[in-house]
Amino acid sequence: MRVSLFVTCLTDLYYPDVAKCVVRVLRRLGVDVEFPKKQTCCGQPALNSGMIGEARSVAAHMIDVFEDAELVVSPSGSCCAIIREHYPHLFKDDPDMLARALALGAKTFELVEFLQKKLKVDWSQWNLKFPGVATYHYSCHHRGIGMSPQEVPRLLKQIEGLEYRQLDKLDQCCGFGGTFSIKSPAISGAMTRDKVACIKKTGADLVVINEGGCTLNIIGCCHREGIKVKAIHIAEILDRAMQNGKAERGTGR
Amino acid sequence: MNTATTDHDAKPNFKQSVARVLADPSVSEIFTRATDRKDTARLAALADLDDPLGVRNLAAQIKNHTLQNLDRYLKQLVDKVRKLGGHVHFARTGEQAKEIMVGIAREAGVKNIVKAKSMVSEEIELNDELIGAGFDVVETDLGEFILQLANEKPSHIVTPVAHKLKEDIAELFKEKLGIEYTTDPPTLTAAARKYLRAKFKAADMGITGVNFAVAETGTICIVTNEGNGRMCTSRPKVLVSLMGIEKVVPRMKDLAVLLKLLGKSATGQRMTCYTSLFNGPKQADDLDGPEEFHLVIMDRGRTDILSKLEYRYILRCIRCGACLNTCPVYKIIGGHAYQSVYPGPIGTMLTPLFNSFEEYQDLPLACSLCGACYDACPVRMDIPTTLIQMRNELLKQGYVPFLYRMGFKGWRIGMLSKFLYRWGSRMARIFMKPITRKGWIRWLPSMASGWTDHRDLPAMARKPFHRQWKKLLKEIETEEQH
Repeated sequence: MRVSLFVTCLTDLYYPDVAKCVVRVLRRLGVDVEFPKKQTCCGQPALNSGMIGEARSVAAHMIDVFEDAELVVSPSGSCCAIIREHYPHLFKDDPDMLARALALGAKTFELVEFLQKKLKVDWSQWNLKFPGVATYHYSCHHRGIGMSPQEVPRLLKQIEGLEYRQLDKLDQCCGFGGTFSIKSPAISGAMTRDKVACIKKTGADLVVINEGGCTLNIIGCCHREGIKVKAIHIAEILDRAMQNGKAERGTGR
Repeated sequence: MNTATTDHDAKPNFKQSVARVLADPSVSEIFTRATDRKDTARLAALADLDDPLGVRNLAAQIKNHTLQNLDRYLKQLVDKVRKLGGHVHFARTGEQAKEIMVGIAREAGVKNIVKAKSMVSEEIELNDELIGAGFDVVETDLGEFILQLANEKPSHIVTPVAHKLKEDIAELFKEKLGIEYTTDPPTLTAAARKYLRAKFKAADMGITGVNFAVAETGTICIVTNEGNGRMCTSRPKVLVSLMGIEKVVPRMKDLAVLLKLLGKSATGQRMTCYTSLFNGPKQADDLDGPEEFHLVIMDRGRTDILSKLEYRYILRCIRCGACLNTCPVYKIIGGHAYQSVYPGPIGTMLTPLFNSFEEYQDLPLACSLCGACYDACPVRMDIPTTLIQMRNELLKQGYVPFLYRMGFKGWRIGMLSKFLYRWGSRMARIFMKPITRKGWIRWLPSMASGWTDHRDLPAMARKPFHRQWKKLLKEIETEEQH
């Protein structure tokens, strides 16, 4: 199986380590990964702001870049949701583009969704190990791609040594909302502080966030409020948990 | 606690009203508590249905079909109501609706009016008009009654006193009803009941809203929890029901589908305590009912919404309030901050359309597009997509700042080219270097200051992924060989 990595702009520019872990995890599972070099952004910032024209041309670029891919996998659910849910709206008056948009949508997957639903990985073989106490932030756009708030926790619970603590108001928005965070800063800020308070309450040292935007927002607010918690992407956890499991298999027994 | 602005003529200023409610932490506490309970109850009640999503899709279909054939079903409704001996009036504007209703009351020579809860009447501030014309008008829904005593506006479309604590009501009843101070809800309710009972007895006209009007039978349906609606429709000699044009449903069968969803979505009740159906005035073999029945059908901007295909489906709304109960923004700022009759997600869509984008340009922006409302809506309104459309409307009408527009024009050019994207992000990192301290940015200029008003921004990675890909691939390949 061969997938094209859609790294997304925020992961590319802010969290390259996450992308590296995605590649390592996929390769270990026997999946070939390629990285289409012309990729930029899915157009989400413009779309959210109602800049339909700008969003449409960037979306068209995105469709061009990934047209020949067998499958597209991305560490960010919101970008997948934009492609799957919103591209069809953007091109509803252009039958050719609409068909291409739908074709791209049909082969685009968020990482966890890809691992669990498409690849159906049997993690028990991997002897996953990762020490720590983690909580998990459910990103809103994940509902748009049919991922329930329990999907990631189910996976976390399979990792030995990792204590999972559920967040209060698990499925409530963190207040990021793309340009919402700078266009309605007072409301966005209040929502973020609320979310950060819930995270603090869990006492976890890690918060799993599978979304670059939510990560910037939540971690930025934690830093401002002096809350010591580290954001981590599920790909980073899996990468290390697989290594730990493998190391043990190699040396032990 | 009163979060309302009492001056309705003042120009709405959303930013100011948001700042005011955010300064008072009790607002978000009260609204979070009030809405969380109903939100959870909704999910539990809907789980009763074999196929909740299927019923919701069917409800959306029924509403879509009705809206596409609205002229036909309205005509059928009007014919039926007239056949039953009722009078039907059409009002294009809110002013006309008020005129018609004052006219009905004058003609019938009534004095005392009892009123059931109706959001349409809130739209046109009907009470002020009737009271101004010399009639005694009493709201009989407990929540609305409290608001009338307090001279406040609803903060929620289903539970209008969501912003009030029982202590507030205790104070209010002590002052206005002359009872002893108590925070015991049954005692407070009994006091209201006693007061209202006398009003019901003296009433010669009842006014209700309309939850649904069934075209095939001319039946009006209202749902309540207190039985006050039934007192308004059965005792007074004149009954007037006021509806928006979108409240018609074709058949009794369709009503059954929508009723399956309304109570569950609104309050998590399998069914509201009272579901009242009435057909025109008292017939020869009826035991009770009004001698005179009037149906006032009001447009007030609805045809306009109907004519815009991208907004038409907003008229599917059955006013259950589920979107308010689940909305993280509503939970934090409460209902009054919206400064409109309809708050929350439904309000952010309806208010600019009913009034103007100029006056309410902040409302379509007051949403993180999280989609919780889309998940909750019983008639499956895609609220986030509509708000994106409305933001586009703001752009077209010229309410998006120049700098912002130019920013996106530049962004578009950058995102269409690999070279510009890579070069641009490199430049961005260099420009941000002087304001970066220990990997964090605490201050950003101009519009971006919205971010740093509330949080810090981490510095961009030293080396973006696109510059590490080749090396990574080599590393992995070497590892795999070993």
